[in-house]
Amino acid sequence: MSGYLTGVLVVLAFNVIAAYAVYLPMAAGQLNLGIAGFMAIGAYGAAFLTNEYGWSMLAAVPVASAAAGLVGLVIGFPVLRTHGIYLALATFALGQVIAAVFLNLEVVGGAAGYTLSAYAGPYVVFAAAIGVVLVMLYLSRTRFALYLTAVKSDPTVADLMGISVRGVQVAAFALGAMVAGFGGAFYALHYNFVEAQHFNVLLSVFTVLYVLFGGAQTVWGPLAGAMFFTLAPEALRFGEQWRYAIFALFIILFMAIRPQGLITTSLFQGFRRRSNEASP
Amino acid sequence: MALLEVSDLSVQYGRVTALEKVSLTVRDGEIVTVLGANGAGKSTLLKAILGAVPARGGGVTFDGADITARPTHERIARGLSLAPEGRRILISLSIEENLLLGAHMRRDAAAVHREMDAIYARFPNLAERRHMLASCLSGGEQQMLAIGRAMMAKPRLLLLDEPSLGLSPLFVQKLFELIRELNAGGLAILLVEQNTGKALGVAHHATVLELGRVVMAGEPAALAADPRLREAYLGDGG
Repeated sequence: MSGYLTGVLVVLAFNVIAAYAVYLPMAAGQLNLGIAGFMAIGAYGAAFLTNEYGWSMLAAVPVASAAAGLVGLVIGFPVLRTHGIYLALATFALGQVIAAVFLNLEVVGGAAGYTLSAYAGPYVVFAAAIGVVLVMLYLSRTRFALYLTAVKSDPTVADLMGISVRGVQVAAFALGAMVAGFGGAFYALHYNFVEAQHFNVLLSVFTVLYVLFGGAQTVWGPLAGAMFFTLAPEALRFGEQWRYAIFALFIILFMAIRPQGLITTSLFQGFRRRSNEASP
Repeated sequence: MALLEVSDLSVQYGRVTALEKVSLTVRDGEIVTVLGANGAGKSTLLKAILGAVPARGGGVTFDGADITARPTHERIARGLSLAPEGRRILISLSIEENLLLGAHMRRDAAAVHREMDAIYARFPNLAERRHMLASCLSGGEQQMLAIGRAMMAKPRLLLLDEPSLGLSPLFVQKLFELIRELNAGGLAILLVEQNTGKALGVAHHATVLELGRVVMAGEPAALAADPRLREAYLGDGG
């Protein structure tokens, strides 16, 4: 594999993991605009544990992800009292605050950044991304996925059916934070350097875009969105400096024509119906 | 024996009193109907029985246990289940997933599948399209799905909130046949309805609410003959 291709695929792997971190709360109807903050917790957590305590990656990654999940859980309770645009603002602010904390934390290098000695190669990163996709596919076949859809599409009826709406929302938010932390941990371990400035609001916004573009209705949407956003700008390289303009124009047109995203439930329904008709 | 005992139940939304000392009994195997105009508190009564809105005063007893302070999921586990007003089917899920959601509290997968087969046997329309999105169903079929979903919890008392609303006359007919059949199988039903004539036709007991208070209660035949009810709800002003 060429260095260029490996580099692109590693970025793709990180984008896929991040997309699922946004997808989980979105499947429960919540927009998390602070996903970069949770990635930062995972990244700095893994960096700190491997550097200062000499932990192995195998121990540092789960603990760093769990730490991000725990922060998501604790903060999820108050933050998820807000809805819609207020929730978006609250999570946005949260992401900024977390990044600002790391920026000022001298023990992890502050604004100068923090260098790691442990290293995760590209194949480890690929395996991590594939692992996240498989876990998400598994989750999509469980009762929890039904709860997510019920809470997202009709919280009133979910409540009347005895589903704990807040419980499901907080769980989805915390799980998403954990996945973000997981991705962040491998990010740090792969690039061997973390700086708080990387975990900025643009990173959060882009990740949300992957999910919106790919479609939040099915578990395949985030994967499709992350792939498109990572690979399309590479494919458009022939357009030289215009490539981002072409890309942006395409996104605008696409979202106007298909606001529900690339992959939808009814798309699957179409496949299913056709295969039913084919069989006698 | 009284399966459900609602005694002096009051519910308040902010400063608005939605229910004021409402009492009602449903015995095993009975159909009880609650009638009344829009805003009389009928839906609120069902929600309060299910624990989705808090009681300000009074109590709810189910199968001998005081459930007034119990959470919704516990009440469902004890045998209460609701088909809500407006059906509220999840159209982004398949028909089968909607049914499974109704059984989400039950851990015995084999029993859940037996239940599902029984519901499919009753509603062949749903069985044929079990893997299709619920959005492909007509209003009447969605109501059947809503009732099927409520039945998946294996209730002892089924709460139906205006099931005939917006249905064609043919489906209204089918719906009331279904209510009779379910009841003939031993299921107790608390039926909130606007279709006063039909509801009185199937019920063993009827209660009329007005502005959150019980204004009439008794045998359906007696109520149907009552001039006040005839005037207000049977469109029989003469």
